[in-house]
Amino acid sequence: MTHSINDPIVETRGLEMRFSLPTHFLSRKKPVLHALSGVDIQIQKGETFCVVGESGCGKTTLGRAIMGLLTPSSGEIYFRGERIDTMDEAERKPIRADMQMVFQNPYASLNPRRNVFQTLAEPIRYLMPEKSGADVRAQVEAVLDATGCDQSWQRKLPHEFSGGQRQRIAIARALVTNPAFIVADEPISALDVSIQAQILNLLNDLQDERGLTYMFITHDLSVVEHFGDRVAVMYLGQVMELATTDAIYRDPKHPYTQLLLAAIPRLEGGSFDAPREPGELPDPVNPPPGCPFAPRCPIAQNICRSERPLLRELETSGTMAACHFAE
Amino acid sequence: MALLDVTDLHVAFPRGKKGEVEALRGVDLTLEKGQRLGVVGESGAGKSMLAFAILNLIADPGRVTQGSVTFDGQNLLELSERQIRRIRGNRISMIFQDPMVTLNPVLTIGKQMIETLKAHRSISTREARRLSIEKLNLVAIPSAASRMDAYPHELSGGLRQRVVIAIALLTDPELIIADEPTTALDVTIQAEIMSLILRLCRDNDVALILITHDLGVVAEVTERLMIMYAGKCVETGRTRDIIDAPKHPYAVGLLKALPQNSAKGAKLYQIPGSMPPITNLPTGCPYHPRCERSTDKCRAAMPPLEHGVACFHPMHENGARDDAEAAQ
Repeated sequence: MTHSINDPIVETRGLEMRFSLPTHFLSRKKPVLHALSGVDIQIQKGETFCVVGESGCGKTTLGRAIMGLLTPSSGEIYFRGERIDTMDEAERKPIRADMQMVFQNPYASLNPRRNVFQTLAEPIRYLMPEKSGADVRAQVEAVLDATGCDQSWQRKLPHEFSGGQRQRIAIARALVTNPAFIVADEPISALDVSIQAQILNLLNDLQDERGLTYMFITHDLSVVEHFGDRVAVMYLGQVMELATTDAIYRDPKHPYTQLLLAAIPRLEGGSFDAPREPGELPDPVNPPPGCPFAPRCPIAQNICRSERPLLRELETSGTMAACHFAE
Repeated sequence: MALLDVTDLHVAFPRGKKGEVEALRGVDLTLEKGQRLGVVGESGAGKSMLAFAILNLIADPGRVTQGSVTFDGQNLLELSERQIRRIRGNRISMIFQDPMVTLNPVLTIGKQMIETLKAHRSISTREARRLSIEKLNLVAIPSAASRMDAYPHELSGGLRQRVVIAIALLTDPELIIADEPTTALDVTIQAEIMSLILRLCRDNDVALILITHDLGVVAEVTERLMIMYAGKCVETGRTRDIIDAPKHPYAVGLLKALPQNSAKGAKLYQIPGSMPPITNLPTGCPYHPRCERSTDKCRAAMPPLEHGVACFHPMHENGARDDAEAAQ
C-alpha cells in the first residue's frame, strides 16, 4: 500500500444530507430526514477504505454523494484537491471517467436490453468522445480480459449470465474508462458464497494491477477484516469510529463497534448463547439530541443523552471515535 | 422413533411438452425430537424446495414424484388437505425470510395472532389474547400488550421478525422450519433473532430445520448439518465435525472460501465456475466440473451418500491413501 498521509484522493468536510419528507396533510411540521450529519473522511490514494454499518446508517448515501449522484445539503467534497460538489455537469464530466461505481445488485444495475458490448462502450463514448470506434473496441476487449470475462460475451444480453458473471460485467463497466477511484456499494452481498470469493479476488487483483483506490461499502464485517485497510463505522448518518482495520478488530473503541463485532456469527460457535436485548435504530426524522447510539449503549451516561460526542483522536491508539467515554 | 423422517424425496417441475426437470433429486433426512438441523447451499440448490416439500406445499405445476415424509408416524404426503392442516402451522411452524411479506399488512398483530390460535384450538378470544401476549413477551417484545394493536408497518424489521417467531410459537410446535429467517435483517438484529431462536428451541425442546447460506449462523445454532448441491445432499453429519473437517470437496471449498478462514490480504480460495442450473446438469456427480479431485468415475456415475458424504474421493477418509490414488 502506498499512501502519503497528506494527499487524500477523496475528502469530505462536514458533509450533511437532509431529505424533506412529504408533509402530513394535517400537520404543519415539515419532517426532515437526516441521512448524513457532519461526515468528515479522507480516503488516501491506493487504499481500500471500508464503510460499514447497518441499513439506514447513511453508508450508501455517502457513496452516492461522493459520486455526485446526490447533491449534499451542506458540506464540501474534494477529489484530488478539487472541490466537486459545486460543479455543474459540464465541469464534472471529465472527472467522472476517474471515479466510477459498482452497485449491489447486478440484476438491476445492467440494462437488460443492451448487450455487453453496448453496456461497456457507453461510458467511453459519453465520457471520452474523442475515442475512435476502433479505440472503443480495443478498450472493451482489454477490460473484458482484465476482469476475466470471455470475449464471446460481447454480443450477449444480461439474462444469459449468472449473478457472478453479471457482477464481473458491472465491474468491467466501472473499469472501462480507467478510473483511479471506485465506489463499490455492497458488491458481493447479492452473490452466492462460492462466487463471493471470486469477485473479492478479482477486485484485489485489479487493485494491485492498476493501483486503484476503493471505497468499499458493506455490512459484512468478515469481508472488511480481510479486505480493508481502514474502516469507518457509521451509525445514523455519523461516523462513530474510524481506524485501521487491524485496530478496529483488535481493539474496538466505540461501544457500537463492539456490538457489531459481537454480532458476527463465528464458525467456532458459542457467541449466540447469551440472550440479546432488542435494539433498533432511532428514528432518523427525530434523532435523539445526544449520541445517536445512547438508547442502545450499555455504558451511556446523562451526558450521552444531551450532548453529541464529536469524532476525536484517541491518545492511546490513533483510532478516531465519537464517544464521550472511549479511551 | 424419529420425529421427522424424509426418504428419497424427489420434486419435479414440467418442462416443455412432455419433459420434467427435477429440483430435488432424492433427499434423505432424519430429525430427532428437539434436534436442530442446518440446511446449507447456494441459491438453486433446492433447500427451500425441501422445506416446501416437507409441508406438502409444492405448488402446481411442481409435484413430489417419489419419496415419503414421515412426521410422528404419519406420511404427510398422503394426508388430505384437511388432515395436514392439523399439522401444518400447528405441530410444524414456519418462519420465512421477509417478515413484511409474511405478515398481513392490513391486520393488527393481535388479530393475526388470535386468528392463528383459534384456527387450531377451540378457545375463547380472551384466552387466545392472553396466550398471544404471553408469546410476545417470550420473544422479548417491549410493552407486548400495547403492540397487539399495532400494524406490521409500525414495527421495525427486527420486531416484525420477532412477531413472526411469536406466531410460529403460538401453537407450541414440535418442529420449526425457518427459511433464511435473518437474511433480510441487519447483523446486530440477526444476532438477536438467531440467539432467540436458539434459546427457544433449546428451552422448549423444539426441533428446528434452519435453511441458510451462512455457515457462521449454522455453526452458532445447529447440531447437525446438511449441505446441498444441485438438488442433492452432498454431505451430512454433526455440524462441528463438518465445519472442523469437511469431507466433500464442495464443503471443503465453501469453508476455505470464507474470508475468515484466510490470512489477511492473501488471495481467497475460490471454487471455479458456478453451480449448474437444474435444467442442464452434467452427468455423474453434479459437482465434478468444479472439483479438483474429480476423475472419470465421477463423470460417469453419481456417488451414493455413504458415511455422510456423497463423493468417490472424499477428503480425510483414509486420508493419505486416497490422496495418493488421486495423484496418480
